[in-house]
Amino acid sequence: MSLAAQFPVLVVVLPLFVAPLLALLANRGNLPWLVAIVTSALTFAMAIALTAQVMQTGVIYYELGNWPVPFGIGLTIGPLSAMMLMIISGASTVALAAGRESMNAEVGEEHQALLYSCWLLAMTGLLGIAVTGDAFNIFVFMEISSLASYVLVANGPKRQALTASFKYLVTGTLGATFYLIGVGYLYMMTGTLNIADMATRLADVSDTLPVMIAGGFVILGVALKAALFPMHAWMPNAYQYAPTPVAIFFAACATKVALFVMLRFQYELFLPNLGPQASFLSSWLIPLCVGGFLVGSAVAMFERDLKRMLGYSSVAQLGYIVLGISLSSSAGVTAAMIHFFNHALIKAALFVAVAGMVLRFGSSNIEQLAGVGKRMPLTTLGFVLAGVSLIGVPLTAGFISKWYLIQAVLELGGLGILLTILILVSSLMAVVYIWKVVEVAYFKEPVDGQSMLGVREAPMPLLVMLWVLVFANIWFGIDPSIPITLAKQEAAGFFGGAR
Amino acid sequence: MTLLGLYNYWIFILLLVVGLYAVLVKGNYVKRMIGLGIFQAAVFLLYITMDKVEGGTGPIMRGVPEPGQLYANPLPQVLILTAIVVGIAVTALGLALAIRIREEYGSIEESDIRRQDQES
Repeated sequence: MSLAAQFPVLVVVLPLFVAPLLALLANRGNLPWLVAIVTSALTFAMAIALTAQVMQTGVIYYELGNWPVPFGIGLTIGPLSAMMLMIISGASTVALAAGRESMNAEVGEEHQALLYSCWLLAMTGLLGIAVTGDAFNIFVFMEISSLASYVLVANGPKRQALTASFKYLVTGTLGATFYLIGVGYLYMMTGTLNIADMATRLADVSDTLPVMIAGGFVILGVALKAALFPMHAWMPNAYQYAPTPVAIFFAACATKVALFVMLRFQYELFLPNLGPQASFLSSWLIPLCVGGFLVGSAVAMFERDLKRMLGYSSVAQLGYIVLGISLSSSAGVTAAMIHFFNHALIKAALFVAVAGMVLRFGSSNIEQLAGVGKRMPLTTLGFVLAGVSLIGVPLTAGFISKWYLIQAVLELGGLGILLTILILVSSLMAVVYIWKVVEVAYFKEPVDGQSMLGVREAPMPLLVMLWVLVFANIWFGIDPSIPITLAKQEAAGFFGGAR
Repeated sequence: MTLLGLYNYWIFILLLVVGLYAVLVKGNYVKRMIGLGIFQAAVFLLYITMDKVEGGTGPIMRGVPEPGQLYANPLPQVLILTAIVVGIAVTALGLALAIRIREEYGSIEESDIRRQDQES
């Protein structure tokens, strides 16, 4: 058996095994960072190999320990899982490469080995959710990643990081426990935990009350984890006070993984089996998404802290993704999946640029960044281009997302036109908050000219990563074939056959 | 009879709501962790209850089983063992955070902490 056949499990097991070893490397200078980034890069390489394989030969099934499914735990890597693997491991690699100096500036050396160990554990959990085909397994991986994330957030440089982490812990645990209740009810009615097996057995019990309650609990649980409006309060806090490299990593992928779980349950289990009830459940989500992107964008316009502003902007962007999911149509779910990919590129780029500014200015307050455009032209230009992609200007990745989302929304008829207008309003608000940064960066004189003299351009690895992401934003805006192929392949899997 | 016969589920609901109330309403971080513990314990009870098979004994084989002998389902118990471990980890981490918060702020009351953050 070749090594490549074991990639589906290695992609999870590699960071899991390296993490405890890393904890032993305390006070060894750059070694922990080096080990972490090599592990992360190897995982990214495996994710790319798996994606290529999925695009050629279709879904990969892997039985752990050769126990046949549904008795053993099966791993299933479909097109969307493959895409998630690339997003998670890619975001981790980029954040580690760009964030080394920020980490040195924000976290004491004696804690770094443990922190990178938690980083790899968080990555393990997220990757595990993406590959597993087992509903209880998802809970376990969710908690592995969440526990590690609480530690990562709590190590931020300010003391508010502690309370932000505590809030995150309470909300995250509530979410995971609600999810667990939902899975419990599903197990009661079907007697299985394997998602594919559950999908076939649900057909017999689809009209029963416990199954519908299970649907509600699962969606509520993952919505808490995904910071869906109005359950988003923990997220901007966590992004603002976490160490900046951690914010890059999480902004690109952490909440998206929860949405990935929501999408799988909704499209693999509930929609094919529950029919009208499932559509009812998702139509109940639409007002939350609209509230999410309107409130998120509006609050972002008035935020004075750059990281917090991007946190609220993420609330809005997640609203777009959930809107795609809740449309219950092939076009809707395709749009949601494309935005998974594009939003990861956009937010990672924005946060990498912010990491550079915070590193040189020691503050993420927008007012204090006056004149940054002259002192750090490359970083600021990168931020602006990523912001343009966030707004959704043609020839950027953000435009592709909006284009597909609006097409999907318009299938709804009259309501669709209203939703389109609201999406455009939210995009205009994005113009306002990105412009606010541009204005301060280029047109405002620094309050205190002296303090600006020491400010230099961001370090080279950060700039390289930033511009790689910016070019990716433009590349996937002109030739978006990879995310679109993967998304359409997955959507065809959901809607093939019966519909 | 049937209503009372399902008393395990009533206790599940009661614990769930009591725990949720404490988490959402209490401003003291330790009390919140207690609430979170009660909330999770409720779910453990749900899983333990669902594995009961009427007339079944513990799922342990002793010698040759009699024909028609029923056993409780062992799987939910194993699952919830995992969830209990997760619960302990969450509680430990939450309390550790509460200790660190007290070191930094000298208080674990949310209102106190909010006031200190606004002043600084």
